[in-house]
Amino acid sequence: MSQDLQIVAYCCEHCAYAAADLAGGLRLQYPPNVRVVLLPCTGKVDPLLILHALEEGADGVMVAGCLPGNCHYLKGNFSARRRVAYVQQLLKQIGLEAERVEMFHLSSAMGSRFAEIAKEMTERVAAVGPNPLRIPRKEREP
Amino acid sequence: MIVAEQKSLDEIKQLVGRAQKVLVVGCGTCVTVCFAGGAREAAIVAAELRMASKLEGAPKEVTDVTVQRQCEWEYLDQIAEQVGQVDVVLSLGCGVGVQAIAEHFPNTWVVPGLNTKFMGLPTEQGVWEERCAGCGDCLLGLTGGICPIARCSKSLLNGPCGGSLNGHCEVNEEIPCAWQLIYDRLKSMGKLEVLMDIQPPKNWCTARDGGPRKIVREDLRLATEE
Ligand code: SF4
Ligand code: SF4
Repeated sequence: MSQDLQIVAYCCEHCAYAAADLAGGLRLQYPPNVRVVLLPCTGKVDPLLILHALEEGADGVMVAGCLPGNCHYLKGNFSARRRVAYVQQLLKQIGLEAERVEMFHLSSAMGSRFAEIAKEMTERVAAVGPNPLRIPRKEREP
Repeated sequence: MIVAEQKSLDEIKQLVGRAQKVLVVGCGTCVTVCFAGGAREAAIVAAELRMASKLEGAPKEVTDVTVQRQCEWEYLDQIAEQVGQVDVVLSLGCGVGVQAIAEHFPNTWVVPGLNTKFMGLPTEQGVWEERCAGCGDCLLGLTGGICPIARCSKSLLNGPCGGSLNGHCEVNEEIPCAWQLIYDRLKSMGKLEVLMDIQPPKNWCTARDGGPRKIVREDLRLATEE
């Protein structure tokens, strides 16, 4: 079941994207559910960007930016963190689990941390199950 | 600017009710800059409604559009066709915008998505404060540019009440006492003598107390044959 999950990872090009690259270069295994989307900075993350991914059927969305204090644009990662928290609140009102969305911080040298995060996020999303917006209501009801 | 705040999704859902086709209308002016009802917020609310209704098993068709100003007929004309195609319009304009839609489209059911709060300004990113209550007879010239009507909890005109404490208002510690602010400002400008004039009771007829207000400017009205 968890093979079918789709997790969108909005990754900053200065850290998480490079870390994902490194994880690949090191041939580290991480769940194939994670689809990386390159952003110039996680400060680009807008609540709408996350909501649209979920509306279109993604089971989870992770935002991965630089370590606190290391943002290439000074505070983009902090803005992203606040917006992720905001979206988590919106999700509860909408009727989706807040766990589907999370913010992570890492540096470009942390390839193995990227693999860990990908695994952690996949497990977390597997625990809440597939996005009910993707699965027709009839199939959802026992 | 007019400052507003979004209603909860629960309340918005109730207001929209069973309507199947919903048009969320944002406004590109005041409520855009206070992040309550601009294009982005309209798109977010529309997505929220689509997702929530789908999860509840009765998906709604929700679209969004934003006009430059909801409070002018000319801008509303531009969305007449879209408005005509839906069961309900959810306005993310201030109360004026909502009413403009109701007035301009007599057959359209319109509901408010915002709570209109006050006229004010952002004192820092993400914080807005009230500054003017639209009393209709501005007396900022008597107070060094600090409004005792909007910013003093009791709208006092001749100095603070007995509850002013260390610069805070007795109504709530978080409110700076307007009269302390006025005094400090006049003092720093060497103009304390301004406070020696006693203000007579204010004529509130120019404010809301005189009923709904209206301004007519004959010089601006479109000329008709005389
Ligand atoms: S005196 Fe009246 S018009 Fe002037 S700022 Fe205060 S409330 Fe507004
Ligand atoms: S404490 Fe100051 S602001 Fe508060 S009601 Fe009294 S005079 Fe007005």
